[in-house]
Order: sequence, then structure tokens, then C-alpha cells
Amino acid sequence: MMQLVLTVTAVVLSLAAAGAIIRIAIGPSLLDRVLAADVLLAIFGAALCIDMAVNRHLNNLMLLVALSIIGFVGSVTVARFVADRRESVRES
Amino acid sequence: MNPETLLGDTVIDAVSAVFMVVGALMSLGAAIGLLRFPDLMSRMHAATKPQVLGLFLLLFALGLQLRTWWAWPVLVVAWLFQLLTVPVSAHMVGRAGYRTKHLHPELLSSDELEAVVQQAAGKRGFDDENPAGFNPDDAGSPDRRGRLDGGPGAGSA
Repeated sequence: MMQLVLTVTAVVLSLAAAGAIIRIAIGPSLLDRVLAADVLLAIFGAALCIDMAVNRHLNNLMLLVALSIIGFVGSVTVARFVADRRESVRES
Repeated sequence: MNPETLLGDTVIDAVSAVFMVVGALMSLGAAIGLLRFPDLMSRMHAATKPQVLGLFLLLFALGLQLRTWWAWPVLVVAWLFQLLTVPVSAHMVGRAGYRTKHLHPELLSSDELEAVVQQAAGKRGFDDENPAGFNPDDAGSPDRRGRLDGGPGAGSA
């Protein structure tokens, strides 16, 4: 059963990562990209969790916490220094 | 192994399998929301799903799979840490998005920041009409600093 779960979650998370990467690529604004990068980090964290659960170990837990720190620091920093460079407000 | 523990094992496995699949579906939901929602604010709504509920479900499944008691506090701490940091970063992103006008005002059901922005804009307009009243010593005052940081004029910077 765990093998089936692993396959299903791998497919689902791959699709989710593809969606987040598409949003990073098409933007249209910097904040959209930051948000999508945050979601991509959350998807990586989910993949680490599933690896730990299926193989029954805790090796990735510190990596998971570090991942959430990186997401936090990254989005706060970018949000602090973001500026509006668009010509028209209606773009997004 | 007696049949009762075998049954319990199967039940725990099934519950954690369901949690893992649902937690992964949260990520997929966030990605679909990112692709389909029209503006930054509604995309932020979708993006929180895997960060809080998705991580909770996956850590719960992990705790069930490990079948130990000592792992639970560590997992709870990992989840609480995420729970503390996600609202802060979402607040910062939302604030920056509001300032730089990354929103469709017609989609908001209520805009509680607008009254404050109008008030600040009114105050600034009064100041602009009296350039002679500008006091260089006043440049570092909290009022002025607040305006430079993110008053309504910051969006045009």
C-alpha cells in the first residue's frame, strides 16, 4: 500500500511543482513569483515529509525546518524591498 | 503477531496513507489556485493550503508511520514553527501587494486599509501645500519616516 501511496503522491506533487514553476515563469509581478516560490518550497517540504513517512526515518526533519526558515526570510526580504515598475496598474 | 495488532497496524497504515494523499492534494490545490486566480490576494489565499494544513496532514502521517511517542513533540514543534512564520511572511507580501496596487479593488468584499490610506493621503496633501513649513529637523520623526517607508506615495516609486 505504501508503494501505491508513494506513486500517487509523487505524481500529484510533480503536477503541483509544475504549476508553481509555470506561475514563477509567467509572473506577471515579482510578488506573484515570490508567492509561487514559497509554494514550491512547501511542495519540497511535502516531498521530504512523504519520504520520511514511507521509509520511516526522521533524517529530513531539520531540512524541513530549514526550508521553512528560508521561505520566511526570502519572502519577507523581497516583500520589504519590492517596488512597482509597471506601466499600467491593470496588468495582473 | 496476534490478529488485533495486525488489524491496528492496517488501520494506522490506512489513515496515514489517506493523510499523505490529502496532504499532497493540498499542494496540487495550491498550484491550481496559483494558476487560475486573478490577482495576488486570491493567489495568497490558495498558497496557504500546503503551508499549514498540508504540512499538518503530512507530519501527522509521519508520526503515525513512525509508531513512537517521542517523535510527536518534534513534529509538533516543526509544525508550530511553520504556523508562526507563515502569517508574518503572508502579511508582508500582502502589505507590499496592497501598496504596489497588485489587487483588483472590485474583487474585495471589504477594504479596511482604505480609510487609513485616505487619512494619510489627506495629511500629506496638507503638508505639500505648505512646503515652507518643512522642517529639516523633523525629517527623522516617526510621522515622516512612516510616510517614506510605505505611505500611499510608495506605490509610485
